[in-house]
Amino acid sequence: MAKKTNDNKYVVSVKDLTKKFGSFTAVNSISFDVTKGEIFGFLGANGAGKTTAIKMLTGLSKPSSGTAIVAGYDVIKNPEKVKYKIGYMSQKFSLYDDLKVFENIRLYAGIYGIPSKEIKSKINNLIDELGMENMRNKLVGDLPLGWKQKLAFAVAMVHDPPVVFLDEPTSGVDPITRRQFWEMIYKASEKGITVFITTHYLDEAEYCTRASIMVDGVIKALDTPTKLKENLGVKSMQEVFVKLARG
Amino acid sequence: MSNIFVNIDNISKSYGDIQALKDISFSVDEGELFGLIGPDGAGKTTLIRILITMLLPTTGSATINGLDVVKDFKKLRHLIGYMPGTFSLYEDLTVEENLKFFATIFNAKIKDNYHLIKDIYQQIEPFKDRRAGNLSGGMKQKLALSCALIHKPDILFLDEPTTGIDAVSRVELWDMLKKLKEQNLTIIVSTPYMDEAELCDKVAFMQKGEVMEINTPQQIVEDYDIPIYAVKGDNFYNLLLSLRRMKITRTAFPFGESIHLTTYEELNENELNKIISEFSNQRTETKRIKANIEDCFMAKMLKNK
Repeated sequence: MAKKTNDNKYVVSVKDLTKKFGSFTAVNSISFDVTKGEIFGFLGANGAGKTTAIKMLTGLSKPSSGTAIVAGYDVIKNPEKVKYKIGYMSQKFSLYDDLKVFENIRLYAGIYGIPSKEIKSKINNLIDELGMENMRNKLVGDLPLGWKQKLAFAVAMVHDPPVVFLDEPTSGVDPITRRQFWEMIYKASEKGITVFITTHYLDEAEYCTRASIMVDGVIKALDTPTKLKENLGVKSMQEVFVKLARG
Repeated sequence: MSNIFVNIDNISKSYGDIQALKDISFSVDEGELFGLIGPDGAGKTTLIRILITMLLPTTGSATINGLDVVKDFKKLRHLIGYMPGTFSLYEDLTVEENLKFFATIFNAKIKDNYHLIKDIYQQIEPFKDRRAGNLSGGMKQKLALSCALIHKPDILFLDEPTTGIDAVSRVELWDMLKKLKEQNLTIIVSTPYMDEAELCDKVAFMQKGEVMEINTPQQIVEDYDIPIYAVKGDNFYNLLLSLRRMKITRTAFPFGESIHLTTYEELNENELNKIISEFSNQRTETKRIKANIEDCFMAKMLKNK
């Protein structure tokens, strides 16, 4: 039985986390904590080490040194427990286009080990909450992008995870759907779910509770958007990003 | 005086039952930096692939410098530079080998056209013996752009060059395009980032295979005639929900650190602020603003619904 860490204050707790590939240090001793219900923006330029860091936090890649406790489990000792506990949604939706809406939910509920007698009510509740009753038997491939995305987000949280990782969820999405998606993030956050998100849209960085900016493997700044802007004397997160990421 | 360089006449493209492009017509002037602005599924890539002679339209026609994209495709391919959305160079060739390869297939000599790519290529020249597959994203893009330009095309097509690219590299790419424009190159670029529309001479707003609007970005913003306000408050999400419930509200959408509120009538910002503050039961700040390009795109989307 994997031991669950008792410190419940932080949903994600990272200390001196490092990943080396040969002589190259992709992530260089990063440390931070994320609390319950926080919307945490994980920003950085291409090649700064974000993807490597997220892979470690989601149990997909073993750190070279340092520790990370995610959803109560140590990513080094119990990576499988971490994967089981967290929610994850990537930029390319992980739903099956040739399965129906309810079938997609059933599939993921099963994967996440929800008992079969609970799955039926889970499907009904989720479809009801999303307002997708009339789309229940539609193939996901035939849904408009906005609905697909809503469903993908809900499915990523089908097992009620304490934290959900969103990797560029709004890339290439139209401006209205992109905003509707953020409203779902707010809702999840109000419910106490921690949201860990990466994005290249810097207006979205303004919606985060706190944001970190990663440069060359280290976290160069971490604060609320208001503080980050104040500290650099600029008006937008776009300017914060350009100033810090350019070095 | 401007000369029409690209002319698109009632182009449609269908894949089975799916209409990817619905009756598109517009023209692009010589030396113009023209933006195709729209989300995934708008038809941007399909339109570009028809114009670069890689895809046949179902109906309609298009010409580039008077040459037909179907009948004259062989001649046209020499005039066209194309940078696709995904990296399409040879990963196992070096930087220099890739450039030589693309020059050779177009019968061009690198030294004849070097001036065109000099600014861009110089930045990756120190790595000319490195395999393309081992370059960083930004360097790959500079190489791809160099390869697309080495035969001295009259027109350059870039399909979503900034998608998935960070804000710093985006700025760099647009700087490069601005410089290329000075050489009188006609450039057609597609992007899902609305803010990049402001960097184009002219844009087409695309959505679900249709063109919703064509104009200069300045004129699009100028033509926006809905009263619009930026509202800030202590509790952002609560404020958003409150605004949605108010009768005066047409739309309310988050925009960075404020919410853009559109109303049915023009209202005094101070009076409006009082109403909002009382209704949402929090301290608020309300300013009448000018719409930005994204506001305009969203208004067109809602109108077309």
